[in-house]
Amino acid sequence: MSNIKEKIIEKLLLASSLITILTTIGIISVLIFQTIGFFREVSIIDFFTDTEWTPLFDNKKFGIVALLSGTILTTLISMLVAVPLGLTISIYLSQYAPKQLREVVKPMLEILAAIPTVVYGYFALVYVTPILQQVFPAMSGFNALSPGIVMGIMILPLISSLSEDALYAVPKTLREGSYAMGATKFQTSFRVIMPAALSGIAVSIILAISRAVGETMIVAIAAGQQPRFTFNPFVPIETATTYIVQVSSGDVPQDSIEYKTIFAVGMTLFVVTLILNNISFWLKKRYQENYR
Amino acid sequence: MAKTKEKKKFKNRLNVGSIPKSKYYDYQDKFFNYFALCCTLLGVVVLALLLFNVLSSGLSRIDWDFITSGPSRRAAKAGIYTALVGTLWIMGLTALIAFPIGISAAIYLEEYAKKSRLANMLEINIANLAGVPSIIYGLLGLELFARALHLGGSLLTGSLTLALLILPIIIVSTRESLKTVPYSIREASYALGATKWQTIWNQVLPASISGIFTGVILALSRAVGETAPLIVIGALTFVPYVPESVMDSFTVLPIQIFNWVSRPQKAFSVNAAAAIIVLLSITFIMNGIAVYLRHRWQKKIKW
Repeated sequence: MSNIKEKIIEKLLLASSLITILTTIGIISVLIFQTIGFFREVSIIDFFTDTEWTPLFDNKKFGIVALLSGTILTTLISMLVAVPLGLTISIYLSQYAPKQLREVVKPMLEILAAIPTVVYGYFALVYVTPILQQVFPAMSGFNALSPGIVMGIMILPLISSLSEDALYAVPKTLREGSYAMGATKFQTSFRVIMPAALSGIAVSIILAISRAVGETMIVAIAAGQQPRFTFNPFVPIETATTYIVQVSSGDVPQDSIEYKTIFAVGMTLFVVTLILNNISFWLKKRYQENYR
Repeated sequence: MAKTKEKKKFKNRLNVGSIPKSKYYDYQDKFFNYFALCCTLLGVVVLALLLFNVLSSGLSRIDWDFITSGPSRRAAKAGIYTALVGTLWIMGLTALIAFPIGISAAIYLEEYAKKSRLANMLEINIANLAGVPSIIYGLLGLELFARALHLGGSLLTGSLTLALLILPIIIVSTRESLKTVPYSIREASYALGATKWQTIWNQVLPASISGIFTGVILALSRAVGETAPLIVIGALTFVPYVPESVMDSFTVLPIQIFNWVSRPQKAFSVNAAAAIIVLLSITFIMNGIAVYLRHRWQKKIKW
């Protein structure tokens, strides 16, 4: 009797874990199904080569490049902020900082990661953009620079904590060996520990890029909703994620071509983040093997 | 052969043999120390600026009327009541759906399926799901729950979508907590004749429960702040009445904030700041509870 009960419980637990597989199947089939419907009406060549994105106008054009350039631009700006700052912080916290300071600063950085992204969007639009406009008077009220910078701040804790883990994973003997040679902390950090932790640091950066690509609310609020193929950080743009939000919050008839576009855009996002994530998994596995 | 080549490359990169002694390097070291300290404090300063900015523009707007009024086209009369109630509904429903499934899945992966091929596949899959942008979950919810299952833009669709979104986070953190229970505890239980489930239910779960709670509360606080997937499934921005069943349409605080921020009038931006204070309070309280639980748990249990 108790044997049967044990078996039933095991099957129930198994069923719960299989829900995660069903989720993946669900995501992929929904995206593929609607994307196929989309490409029945739009040529795949136009999708990748056209530089205008105007599905909501009368003269419909479907050049995903116009959305992707927005995504790439904001991601690039956020990385320019988050990577140097995040790496410096991770080196400081793991090699330099006194213990008390670490214990105060680390939870504070974690708070940055816990703040909802819509709050960052507000911060970018209401606080950061006006400040930047004083520096760059030509800048528009909606632009890529301000949400890019704020997104960098949001991603900062991700890079700093993952890189710190990677720095910690470097065997102590390497560090001690370097000190024994008379090297300073700076030399030890940058010539011994950083190179040894390089793949772990790369993992943190790739995951951060993936986060930035999929980030929605900050750019939806502060970057504007004007798809254009540009790398000018001062003008309004639209990212792929913002477009999905824009269509979802408007009144678009289901099964229309406008409706299908959000799935084609979603598919593009999904594929990009999937590739980035799996590169990072592969790298992580490799560096974990290195120290075993 | 490949190994020695790699080692050689590694040694070249280290390059510690050629460090000349000089005052210059001491200054370099000191300079970097202060520079890095500034960078670290910059993160804290930005956090302080953000909080100060939100508090200074929103705090005076918060009063009892703001909490108990519904939406309005006039900023001065608008409140967050329906959004706040919607957020609480979503919180409760999402927890109800995601906690049992997530914890069960974690127990299966950690206690039953160790190192099988299925477990390996599940693990890779969960890692991938954790990296899928939240807006993609919104597309899944829109097609699967809202359309195929005819649930529409209801509370149920919203919480099912968010439950799927936080499932990977719950599974990963629950597994971490289960891992901290030493194997000897399980063996002792088996030695007394307990079955596998009895061991898990009576020994492993009680020993790891506060760790599990820490993880699930953090996951839930993530769900509370989510905006994009709920917009995609068709949650409304203007809901004049309070939802009374899981099939009702709804709005939540982040969507209300998004709606107010998107309007050009200054008064609505003040409303947004006030709503942000409420949202951040909820997030911080949940994080505080999680940190407290983790702290107590680490203190209490020393194997």
